[in-house]
Amino acid sequence: MTVLRPQPPGTPAPVPSIFSAPYWEGCAQGELRFLRCAVCHLALADAPRICWRCHSRVLNWEVSEGRGRLYSWTIVWRPQTPEFEVPYAVAIVDLAEGCSIISAVIGCTPEDLVEGMELAVEFHPNSDHLSLPYFRPVGAA
Amino acid sequence: MTHPFRHAAIVGVFNTTQARALPGHDSLSIAIEGALGALADAGLETTDVDAVIGERSGELTYELRLGPCRRSINGLGIPAVLEAASLIATGQSQVVLVVGGSAGVYTERASTAPWTRPTNEFVVGYGMFTAVEFALMAKRHMLQFGTTPEQLATVAATIRNNGHANPEAVYFGRGPYEPEDILASRLISEPFHLLDCSTTSEGGCGLVLTTADRAADLPRAPAWILGGGSDAYGPAYQHAPIWDFMGQGGQDIPAGYVGRRAARAAFSTAGLRPDDVDVCEFYDPFSFEIIRQFEAFGFCPDGDGGPFVMDGSIGPGGKFPVTTDGGTMSFAHPGNSTQMLQRVIRGVQQVRGTSASAQVPAAEVAMCSNAGSGALFNDVLLVGSGRP
Repeated sequence: MTVLRPQPPGTPAPVPSIFSAPYWEGCAQGELRFLRCAVCHLALADAPRICWRCHSRVLNWEVSEGRGRLYSWTIVWRPQTPEFEVPYAVAIVDLAEGCSIISAVIGCTPEDLVEGMELAVEFHPNSDHLSLPYFRPVGAA
Repeated sequence: MTHPFRHAAIVGVFNTTQARALPGHDSLSIAIEGALGALADAGLETTDVDAVIGERSGELTYELRLGPCRRSINGLGIPAVLEAASLIATGQSQVVLVVGGSAGVYTERASTAPWTRPTNEFVVGYGMFTAVEFALMAKRHMLQFGTTPEQLATVAATIRNNGHANPEAVYFGRGPYEPEDILASRLISEPFHLLDCSTTSEGGCGLVLTTADRAADLPRAPAWILGGGSDAYGPAYQHAPIWDFMGQGGQDIPAGYVGRRAARAAFSTAGLRPDDVDVCEFYDPFSFEIIRQFEAFGFCPDGDGGPFVMDGSIGPGGKFPVTTDGGTMSFAHPGNSTQMLQRVIRGVQQVRGTSASAQVPAAEVAMCSNAGSGALFNDVLLVGSGRP
């Protein structure tokens, strides 16, 4: 039985921008952060420069409760580079706060994945100083 | 009203030899062969060219001493052809060369091709590449509409059989394929098996446009641009490919149906409907994209793309023959963009009646497309044998 696992350290590492640095600092501290528009309160993924809805530049970091639902996924059997261990489950997760991110599901088998299943975030090291958010089905060991 | 592209004629197209590898070539040298071949097909000389469009247009301008001439680094197939037509239509240029070529780029085969791997910080750590991006879109379609792996495999078998029959294809003679053969190939990124995916290869190509007046004195019957359009929701492969992602473009079209606005614009300019299309030279990065594009472009209702490809209409002799040269799955996929221009070249060959294989009898209208949902952009072009 194949249990999906986080990738080992040494896979390609994210390069933070001046806008996203707090996001990656949060991951290192075990917090999944996102930006919320100070004016219209929209939750925004991917550390944008501006609120697309109201054009406010005042965006504040908040900590997500770390829960989401599985929107789409794919089980990958051909690794992008040899560093990646297959299979892995790339997923789009709809966060409870209302924005969506790319991540990977771990802690279950590929056959366990179901549209809309509830997921909880956890963090695993990608390098000495960076951690990546992964998601595990709620209730899975 | 006079058609906007009435005075812009496609007068030459050319593909170099296409192969998995072309030892002795680099991207510039094979692009030069594409450029010279297209000019020869058009009956024109390098001294006639006053604009070059393509990723390597600067180097080409220098190597062939085309200067002084306009150059544009638009390397994206259909938008490049539309730019060329606009240059002709507005009188800024008289002979425009659109060129693509790639060789010697994909050498480290333990990894996926370099142009398929995103580097954006929010996706890079998860091992994504183009198959993954498109699979995340395909999965949503399967969840929403019940689209099946067998329907995807039928598309792949159809296109690969077109390549099998095309002596100019990289995978000429490698079939024939049944859908079961596609499903029996190894999994890459579910639902895609190896044979649901495009290949990688090396090669060059070129296309020449000039004025209608000038075209009248040239050997080939011109092909004409009936309409075109271009849609994007963002940069390719840097953000989550969310089917339901919406922009503020005002037409209520989710990213999953990227290309719909472009297709509507193209059909409107052309004064045509999907039923008027004789051959569908759609872009085929992954089998699912053909199903999606039939829906996005209005050939069938949303969600009906799966059944639509199962009734024989997309094969040779059908009402909507698709990707007749074998496409990116079997004909060629040279680098990150050359294959996009090759869709237009095939459309031109079809309406000129000069296809090396699978020529659709008396084809008058070809619909060409580039890219797709996983890339968050999709372009369309209608080319025809009749002057608009």
